[in-house]
Amino acid sequence: MTGVTDTASRVRGGIGESAVRPDGVPKVVGSFAYASDLWAKGMLWGATLRSPYARARVARLETAPALALDGVWAVLTQDDVPGAPTFGQLERDQPVLCDGEVRYWGEPVAVVAADDLHAARRAVAAIEIEYEALEPQVDPEEAEERDDVFHRIRIRRGDADALGEVVVEGYYETASQDQAPLGTEAGIAIPDGEGGVDLWATTQWIHVDHEQIHPCLALDPDQVRCHPAGIGGAFGAREDISLHIHLCMLALRTGRPVKMVYDRAESFVGHVKRHGARMWYRHEADHRGELVKVQARVLLDGGAYAHTSKAVLANAAYFAAGPYRCDNVVVDAAAVHTNNPPCGAMRGFGAVQACFAYESQMDLLAAELGIDGMELRRRNALAAGDPMPTTGQIVEGSLPVREVIDALEEIPLPDDAVPDDARHLPGGIGLTTPPDRVRRGVGYAVGFKNLAFSEGFDDYADARIVLTPAGVEVHTAAIEVGQGLVTVCQQIARSVLGIEQVTVVADDTSEIGSAGSTSASRQTQMTGGAVYRVAGELRRKLLERFGGDDLSDEGVLRDGEVVVSLAEVCAEGPVEEHVRFRHPETHPTDENGQGDPHAGFAVAAHRAVVDVDPDLGLVRVVRVDTAQDVGRILNPAAARGQVEGGILQGVGLAVLESLVLDEGKILNASFTDYLLATSLDAPEVEMRFIEEPDHWGPFGAKGMGEPPTISSTPAVVAAIRDAIGRHLYRVPVLPEHIVGL
Amino acid sequence: MLIEMTVNGEPRIATVTGAESLLNVLRDELRLPGSKNACEQGECGSCSVVLDGELVCSCLVMAADCDGSEVVTVEGLADDDWLHPVQAALVEAGAVQCGFCTPGFVVAAAHLFEHHPHPSREEIQEALSGNICRCTGYGAILRALENLAGGAT
Repeated sequence: MTGVTDTASRVRGGIGESAVRPDGVPKVVGSFAYASDLWAKGMLWGATLRSPYARARVARLETAPALALDGVWAVLTQDDVPGAPTFGQLERDQPVLCDGEVRYWGEPVAVVAADDLHAARRAVAAIEIEYEALEPQVDPEEAEERDDVFHRIRIRRGDADALGEVVVEGYYETASQDQAPLGTEAGIAIPDGEGGVDLWATTQWIHVDHEQIHPCLALDPDQVRCHPAGIGGAFGAREDISLHIHLCMLALRTGRPVKMVYDRAESFVGHVKRHGARMWYRHEADHRGELVKVQARVLLDGGAYAHTSKAVLANAAYFAAGPYRCDNVVVDAAAVHTNNPPCGAMRGFGAVQACFAYESQMDLLAAELGIDGMELRRRNALAAGDPMPTTGQIVEGSLPVREVIDALEEIPLPDDAVPDDARHLPGGIGLTTPPDRVRRGVGYAVGFKNLAFSEGFDDYADARIVLTPAGVEVHTAAIEVGQGLVTVCQQIARSVLGIEQVTVVADDTSEIGSAGSTSASRQTQMTGGAVYRVAGELRRKLLERFGGDDLSDEGVLRDGEVVVSLAEVCAEGPVEEHVRFRHPETHPTDENGQGDPHAGFAVAAHRAVVDVDPDLGLVRVVRVDTAQDVGRILNPAAARGQVEGGILQGVGLAVLESLVLDEGKILNASFTDYLLATSLDAPEVEMRFIEEPDHWGPFGAKGMGEPPTISSTPAVVAAIRDAIGRHLYRVPVLPEHIVGL
Repeated sequence: MLIEMTVNGEPRIATVTGAESLLNVLRDELRLPGSKNACEQGECGSCSVVLDGELVCSCLVMAADCDGSEVVTVEGLADDDWLHPVQAALVEAGAVQCGFCTPGFVVAAAHLFEHHPHPSREEIQEALSGNICRCTGYGAILRALENLAGGAT
């Protein structure tokens, strides 16, 4: 099904090289334009009035005093929304602005446009508003009891009454995590003078933004154009609408360009988070350690609005048993509605929460059986051709679970000498930790996840290729968020065509069809797959038309001689091809959660080494080694960057990162209080890549952005347990958990 | 009030009304958007500049206090033909992903190397511990700068 059999192999900057990214130099010299750097002549600044309550009725709202201020051009509320009053990616349940009741702390109530940011903030402060506070619903278990849920998934596979010889039970919690991309939400909307609007804003998917924006503006689809803008990181935070509709409304009302940039505190309330989870597990195995039954109850707190909770829940449920064979699986999963901050996508998307629970269970089971934890995992390892423990779907393509375990164990462990440099001790240069008190621990975990969209979603990516005398342009709407997609698309096009001069052009929604979201580890396979096919089609047609056997930057070649130059090929204009690529079909599951919902899988294993100060409860993560199933490496440096960056986010959830909530209010909405790892906290990472080609990714490549974040968290926690001998059931592990307060 | 500064070697004048930070003035008035605004609390280092020879978070400096000062931003480190060695090392090592933290790392690392041409890995880590990167896990950044530290001997 690849469609390309004859590819060039001798081109610089092709696949397999650590090709240098084209945005590298602009980013190091400071000239790369992020959404927050955009300017337009006559531009106004926008700002947002947000709710100081997690739940309240608006008793009085008076905008006139704000509008009366000098330099204030618009003050808009829900009454000013021209079209559909609500938006949402999967369910249109969120009001564009407060509809009379606020349902989470920080919910947008009104937006203003003014001459500059200070005037905009003064206008926000001048809006007169009175709230009637209501009791916020913040307990997810109570929400489930009330049946106040966004979605439930029920999985019944095999015999629910099956019994094993060894049983372990556990309860686990994961905190809500913020993606904390360095760039906050930002954008600029510019009216086109004909009633329409152009928007440049932080995003992961311009077409799904567009679908939600134009109905709220009561504009035809072709009157709204969403453009890609420079993105300062995403990790899921940009998958849902934030300031997009507000900016367009302000630009259309004032007839002037309007810019908005969230500050960090506003960013914390301005984008969805990783769902906090509560999970109850029971594993049963026979005396050899083969899994007999896995039972799980998974509860995700979705917060105030639906966003992608339904899809996150699906991952938490379908991956609830881990990459292990098991014939009897019972899962009851629910994503509930509360007045906590809305949750949605973050790297790992539901698979992260489940992995912490099932890997903790596997360690408990190994201890109960008296066998090595990795040996237990090896005995149960799922492989291609096996049925998924949850859905029963036969795993197609590669799934080298045993291989990642073996490769990880081959990486040598460091010697266990306590470091003499204080910078390498828990507590660091605070010199709080006497070296002789340090306890070392080693922990392992394995995690897996689906690649691309699932459950029958029509998942596709468009790509257009244009041959000009100067080289090749690849057009796509796929969003580069920093991960290196542009470079990988260049590399794929070069290797398929044999032409080095390849430029990737980021089109807007009016110029090309959707590329789908930059999420779900999907763009290398989806947009990369589209580029692979469209480049192959162009090559095939050129060789056929001119009787050539190869291409180069010189032109069409036969037996190494130029038959016709690129300029001659393009004599009558550029030569274009377009494809819409779809991955293998997936299907919704039945009422028992059975079926074929997934297009592919990837697995990774992590081993963490930690040093713990048991008196103060401090942890230093010394190293996290990994083996990852990648199909095929297209760019080694970029792959390494994904693995190291993903691991540090997993380490963050393990020991640092937690959204602290009090009755729905975020208490740590700043980089002072929300702890992110620094270069001193970063563990050393050694990695092995297992290259078993995928059945549909370009050149056999699999997506690889999420697996580093999935099992790194439970590996670190397992290492801390190993160091201190205490059962730890929630992440992040905080000093008080280690000390046992 | 009007303030006069030397920014990247050129005399510049800015109008300051009160509480603007140096970062605000650089970005919004002098149109030097290379310094990034990511936390405005001095926690992330994305706005790092060198002010009168000292590495500072420009979001924490009152612009009104900078009258007569000399400021070097990320835009002032390369010339038309050559990247600063720190910039070249970061690009070459694949140490740039989203790049939003990159200007701060460039300025902080260039300042480190100016004063300490051969730092150890630990010294690099400590010198850059005020700069947060969310994409790379710091691995490629540290490798790039360690190579530079070793290569210069």
